Amino acid sequence: MVCELPLYLVHISAGFPSPAEDYIEGSLDLNRHLIKHPAASFFVRVTGDSMIQAGIHSGDLLLVDRALEARSGRVVIAVVNGELTVKRLYQRQGRLFLVPENPDYEPLEITEAMDFQVWGVVTTVIHAV
Amino acid sequence: MLALVDCNNFYVSCERVFNPALEGKPVVVLSNNDGCVVARSPEAKALGIKMGTPIFQLRDAIAQHRIQVYSSNYTLYGDMSQRVMEVLSGFTPSIEVYSIDEAFLDFSGFAGRDLTAYGQTIRQTVRQWTGIPVSVGVGATKTLAKLANRQAKRSGSGVCVLEPERVETVLEAIALEDIWGIGRRYAVSLQSYGINTALDLQQADLDWVKQRYGIVMVRLVYELRGVSCLPLELVTPPKKSLMVSRSFGQTVTTLADLKGAIATFVSRAAEKLRRHQLNASVMTVFASSSRFQGEYYSRGATVSLLVATNQTPELLAGAMEGVERLYQPGVAFKRAGVLMQGLTPEQAVQMALWDSCVGEASPLENRLRQQALMQTVDRINQQFGAGTLRFGIQGFCQPWALQSERRSPRYTTCWKSLLEV
Repeated sequence: MVCELPLYLVHISAGFPSPAEDYIEGSLDLNRHLIKHPAASFFVRVTGDSMIQAGIHSGDLLLVDRALEARSGRVVIAVVNGELTVKRLYQRQGRLFLVPENPDYEPLEITEAMDFQVWGVVTTVIHAV
Repeated sequence: MLALVDCNNFYVSCERVFNPALEGKPVVVLSNNDGCVVARSPEAKALGIKMGTPIFQLRDAIAQHRIQVYSSNYTLYGDMSQRVMEVLSGFTPSIEVYSIDEAFLDFSGFAGRDLTAYGQTIRQTVRQWTGIPVSVGVGATKTLAKLANRQAKRSGSGVCVLEPERVETVLEAIALEDIWGIGRRYAVSLQSYGINTALDLQQADLDWVKQRYGIVMVRLVYELRGVSCLPLELVTPPKKSLMVSRSFGQTVTTLADLKGAIATFVSRAAEKLRRHQLNASVMTVFASSSRFQGEYYSRGATVSLLVATNQTPELLAGAMEGVERLYQPGVAFKRAGVLMQGLTPEQAVQMALWDSCVGEASPLENRLRQQALMQTVDRINQQFGAGTLRFGIQGFCQPWALQSERRSPRYTTCWKSLLEV
């Protein structure tokens, strides 16, 4: 079999450059838009409907940023006695609550006897429509 | 000054981030193949479980103390390691990632700063951002930073700064074996000359050390004296070789199964080559029987590749020839692997004089087409999980496959395995 050796290793395309070339600014990157601290950001999946009125449905993805401070009023992932849960954190007169956003569920007051820790702060809900 | 930051019980800590119920319980992580213990929580250490203990020796202890046992989840540990290193690099102009769970941070030019407080800030930040607890040891040299790190772990404060004026007092209480780079044999030998502590070694006569032990030990003595001989390695040297090797869940005796196993390792190695944009020019496949049962058999077969490549089909073809050469009927193979050598950058391909032509297509066009195919395969496997698309020769039911029955989900790298709340 005769083997043709290529003369050029790179194809050079002839023709006119695109007039839009000077105006290209790169595409929108959702990762860069949503994730401020990549090393501290985690995705978790929601099970249950205790936060449904905050727009958080079962099966949704939550973007969690552990670098943020867990202030009162923020939606957080908390660890209560070894269990992970998503709730809104409230601080009132020195008392700490995890508050669901669904009338069927009761708020939980965090007491000394509980093993409590904030795992991270929820920044974004990803919900398929 | 420089710091050694070391993750505490790293693999166990990774498991605990995603399973907080493990906090306070004895936890162990097992090696590849669920063979022996490679990581222990402090509670497991307190029960007297040693590193490297085979799992079968622990059956009673596991039941009695409810020890939580995990297979190693290197995908998860690798991802968490990158996160820790990224956080650490925010605290120093230069960082040397020393291993999956250790890094050296350059603190030169930090004079006048309270390094203990700075170490605590590092510790708290890494803990908050990643959930991983770390210890920080600071010293004038790598060797001293390593010793400081050990002190930091022991004291419970998590940070130890070994100021020059305090070094001698601390070295006095440190045994030779606890110095980085001194094994038991050296320790015994040094003791026979009356050198019993790190301080004795620091003050040993340099000419004598050089004559008796050579330059490596001289460097160590200098390091203990605060003179840095082991500089930070900021750039990892380019890979010279790449190996994928595993022991089998159960022994392999047929040629077809051995081919399937080695084909799987070759595919994995090819994937890694492509990720690093490297080609291999020499490949060695190898397989061996168990060292503990019957007569030990171990063979390798080296295959030179006509054109340096990272294309799975080309590598598989070479590897299968190699397997035929090393296979021996009647041998129960327990381990196999592949070593890629002569690695060159992907861009610099030296074509072969007799490179294959298919129909009208030139050799170059063939290669480009082949590359596009492998890129597509890699993308699919990345998206849908490793091994979704594979070559037929790798086999369907892989009886030799690793046992990792107790592996936690890949929480951070797979959409299907996310943490649930």
